[in-house]
Amino acid sequence: MTTFFILVGYLALLIGLGLLSSRFFKGTSADYFVVSRSVGSFLLLMSIFGTTMTGFAIVGSTAKSYTTGVGVYGLMASWSGLVHSAVFFAVGIKLWAIGKRHGYLTQCEFFRDRFESPGLGYLLFPILVLLVIPYLLVGVIAAGKFIQPTTAGLFPEAFPMPPLPNGQPHPLHGGIPPWLGSGVICLIVLFYVFFGGLRGAVWANTFQTIVFMITGVIAFYMISKNLGGLKVAGESVVASEFGSSRLVREGMMGKLEFMSYCFVPLSVGMFPHLFQHWLTARSAQNFKLTVVAHPLFILIVWMPCVLIGIWAAAYLGPLGEGQSPNSVLGRMVGQLVHSPVLSGLVGAGVLAAIMSSLDSQFMCLGTMFTNDIVVRKFGANRFSDSQKILIARGFILAVVAVTYWLSLALKDSAHIFDLGVWCFSGFAGLFPLVVAAIYWKRVTAAGAYACILSVVAVWCVLFYRDIIAVKPAGAASDELLVLGMMPVALIIAVSTLSLVVVSLLTRKPSDDTIRKFFV
Amino acid sequence: MRGPDSPEMTAKIAIAVFVVLFLLHQDSWNWDNGKLWFGFLPAGLGYHAAYSVVVALFWAAVNRFAWPHAVEAWAEEGEKD
Repeated sequence: MTTFFILVGYLALLIGLGLLSSRFFKGTSADYFVVSRSVGSFLLLMSIFGTTMTGFAIVGSTAKSYTTGVGVYGLMASWSGLVHSAVFFAVGIKLWAIGKRHGYLTQCEFFRDRFESPGLGYLLFPILVLLVIPYLLVGVIAAGKFIQPTTAGLFPEAFPMPPLPNGQPHPLHGGIPPWLGSGVICLIVLFYVFFGGLRGAVWANTFQTIVFMITGVIAFYMISKNLGGLKVAGESVVASEFGSSRLVREGMMGKLEFMSYCFVPLSVGMFPHLFQHWLTARSAQNFKLTVVAHPLFILIVWMPCVLIGIWAAAYLGPLGEGQSPNSVLGRMVGQLVHSPVLSGLVGAGVLAAIMSSLDSQFMCLGTMFTNDIVVRKFGANRFSDSQKILIARGFILAVVAVTYWLSLALKDSAHIFDLGVWCFSGFAGLFPLVVAAIYWKRVTAAGAYACILSVVAVWCVLFYRDIIAVKPAGAASDELLVLGMMPVALIIAVSTLSLVVVSLLTRKPSDDTIRKFFV
Repeated sequence: MRGPDSPEMTAKIAIAVFVVLFLLHQDSWNWDNGKLWFGFLPAGLGYHAAYSVVVALFWAAVNRFAWPHAVEAWAEEGEKD
């Protein structure tokens, strides 16, 4: 029960934080949507880091290291350290400046004006929403699926599970089922976003980021200590046949695949929720800490998890039939530490990582619907600030309800987590659009349309081949590679080519627009 | 210590260093190196951990020497809300 009470205490703290942040609410739409552009360096760093790190950063990184070895750090973490900071510096600061100068709240508002095309906003809105929703689903489903094993055995009468066919008790017997776990997580995120707006999300993200960073380091220390220390843990991996293969990348991943992962983190340049966080900065100077500390924070979160993953390969050996690599971190904590307090803290850390992404995504969808659809259609002066906030809250409520319902319907789908990776590829495919919009005066509306439509076309074809098409019997079930590279490399190549060629063939934008958007 | 005077030159230097860092990410020489640094840290992981620290130092230098002052001033002078 200690583990359960720690989780409940953590969630109660988040509700308290939501209430506290709502007391600072100034009642204006600018305050609700972008915190009156008043966020300082520390909160900006923590909220952006918390938003970009999902539950995958803790549970998934350990699992991926267990299955693929130490190369996963270079594949995902060190690439993100370099590329995310580059995007924050080269794209984030510029978009912050444009947003501050012209009062933008969403990406669609910016692209619509930059390309002198109202229709572009209407084309981009559903694409961005459709790419965010699976990303949300992954978080909601992961939360529900994480809570059930964490609370297994605590409520045998309320949540019984039938015994396994071999007569053994079900490992999830008595655990809080996903419909309830996911529901509670959705309600808590909804609570602090609904009442606190983006300020609630920024404060909660900061708290959550601190929690998941500290719990990760504590788990690492306790596990390494109980394995006999760092050196003994390392030697056991070398001595293990299953574990030693995880010390290298040979046989685990291709060199082109490793290189092409650099394209995946470009997705942050087109995340609508990150765009909104950038706009909250008080000044450009506030970006400095984020740009420098982001690679170090990734190191602090990822390196312990990757080491635990390879230690688990030596300690646990191959997993049995039906056992998920995602259970590796929980099993290492459970078997080596025997501390319900640490299990509870790690549980809170995983939920923190999941929820710190969910809140910003819920918030950005409410902001986009209000500003890109409702205000756009009925006119900026049609609604008062309090009406805009009411509309945003209503849409956030609807999005949470739909996401929750979808999470129940799709929680057992084999491909839901693959869908998350495809969302990143879609956002990354649109990255050339934002770069051209802020750095290339010659880019045209037609070029922008060509870029967006080519991303949709290539994404759909590759997605069909990877997820929907029936694979021939005996075909490998590994992720789809194109010429040995991640599909995102092809999507970006095609979108860039479409953007450039069509822009050069069409009439350049007006001088007024160029003056409006360039220094 | 002062950086080069021209903002264009500092930007070019920053881009050049970024390209070098990009290339250094592809550490093919560690591909099958299973040695442990300090007795516990796999070489491939240790290299990329150090790489992350170097990247942070690089961005600190970019902040110091190639900061987009013109963009910052442009935003402040025309603030809408």
